Amino acid sequence: MSRSVLYDEPGPRTLRNERIASAVVALALLTALAYLLAGMAGRGLFDDRWTVFTDPPKGQDAVDVWKSLGRGLRATLLAAAVAAPVALLLAFALAALRAAGPRWLGRPLTVLIEFLRGMPVLLMMFFGLLALGLSAFSAVVFGLVLYNAAILAEILRAGLAALPRGQVEAGTAIGLTRGQTLALIQFPQVIRLMLPSLISQFVVLLKDSSLGFIVGYPELLRTMQLNYSFFGDRYRFPLFVVVLVVYLTVNITLSRLAEYVQRRTSRAR
Amino acid sequence: MDAVLESIPAYLTGFRVTLYLTVVSGALSLVLGTVLAAFRVSPLRSLRTIAAALVEAGRNTPLTLVFVFFVFILPGMGIVLPLGTLPAVIALTVYTSAFVCEAVRSGINAVGVGQAEAARAIGLGTVSTLWLVVLPQALRSVVPPLINVLIALTKNTSVAAGFAVVELTATGRGLARDYPADVVAVLLGVALFYLLITIPAGAVAGWVERRVVFTR
Repeated sequence: MSRSVLYDEPGPRTLRNERIASAVVALALLTALAYLLAGMAGRGLFDDRWTVFTDPPKGQDAVDVWKSLGRGLRATLLAAAVAAPVALLLAFALAALRAAGPRWLGRPLTVLIEFLRGMPVLLMMFFGLLALGLSAFSAVVFGLVLYNAAILAEILRAGLAALPRGQVEAGTAIGLTRGQTLALIQFPQVIRLMLPSLISQFVVLLKDSSLGFIVGYPELLRTMQLNYSFFGDRYRFPLFVVVLVVYLTVNITLSRLAEYVQRRTSRAR
Repeated sequence: MDAVLESIPAYLTGFRVTLYLTVVSGALSLVLGTVLAAFRVSPLRSLRTIAAALVEAGRNTPLTLVFVFFVFILPGMGIVLPLGTLPAVIALTVYTSAFVCEAVRSGINAVGVGQAEAARAIGLGTVSTLWLVVLPQALRSVVPPLINVLIALTKNTSVAAGFAVVELTATGRGLARDYPADVVAVLLGVALFYLLITIPAGAVAGWVERRVVFTR
């Protein structure tokens, strides 16, 4: 952050003033945070309620609590892990049909993709649940697949459009069919080009799997709720903190991976 | 089909709530997100750090979890929000602000450093540089991604359905229960109302994007 469009390169005096101002702001923020934590401690949020993770009440074992949260996390990851590859396959099919399918198919496909992209994922899950009579798990996967297939298809289309025209021409020149050109020449490059966007979309997909909470799929949030309904409301806060940390850890790891891939691919060109 | 026609008043009530959530939390998160973006590009390191941490946390937390916090967890911390749309507006605003911040920040960063250097070279001061050279260009590249953020917000208001707010999706769920024979038609009706917001907004975003490319 040495050069910015917004202001000139600071001189030594400005630099010193900035450091002082920054320290003052940091101090103010830390004071506010301390007040907040003190207020929370005053309400007993840091008392023995945290023993729910080491020595839970009602004759339960700490292992049981962790196991149930683990089951919730597994359910979250399972929904995402089933939905992601199916959505990706469907997206490839959609993108290929749009690029190389029969011409009359182009317009209906565009309408379909726009329709799916403009729809809340939750509504699609309800559609699966209420209109198709799917189980909660299938409804979650159904919503995630349809929505993300449309988004991923758009990402792939943008990638195809970003490739130089010569790539297709070269494929045609050496006698490949349109489909072969897509599979052997275009898609491999598109995947590399769009990998960061694809990974960020998988983070979105993982986050959206938490909508299972609303349609009654026992994923991580629902397990958290089951735990505090069982142990009592004073355990809401510690359980929430743990679930938040789990989500942040998983998602930030994936996001970092996307940034790392982006740096690598942009350096390679 | 009759089920859909009979339910038009219910749809409209739900649509109004969805629109309300979108407009209010959209406006609030535009303000909050811009403030965060200003923090992120400010010369003060501590402001940059705190804003970056907030945005990173906001972008990596599921919206449902944000809702759970404001509806179920916050009351236990002594802050009881009134029932109704207020918790939903706060949750949506907090969540969307992170994305607004990213859009605004990348817009500012998209303006080349050379632009500001050229402005200074011809003798413009700090204010004129910002007002005449940097901000007009930044604003232009910010608008399309901002519209996309607001479209996402429109769809995200549906999460409120899980937290006792009867907006479009919750209306659809209720109607599906009332008309078990016409579930498909009833839910497609809900979809239509969402498209009423998202498709024109998307068209505007595309139009602005094309204009921007054209004028560069």
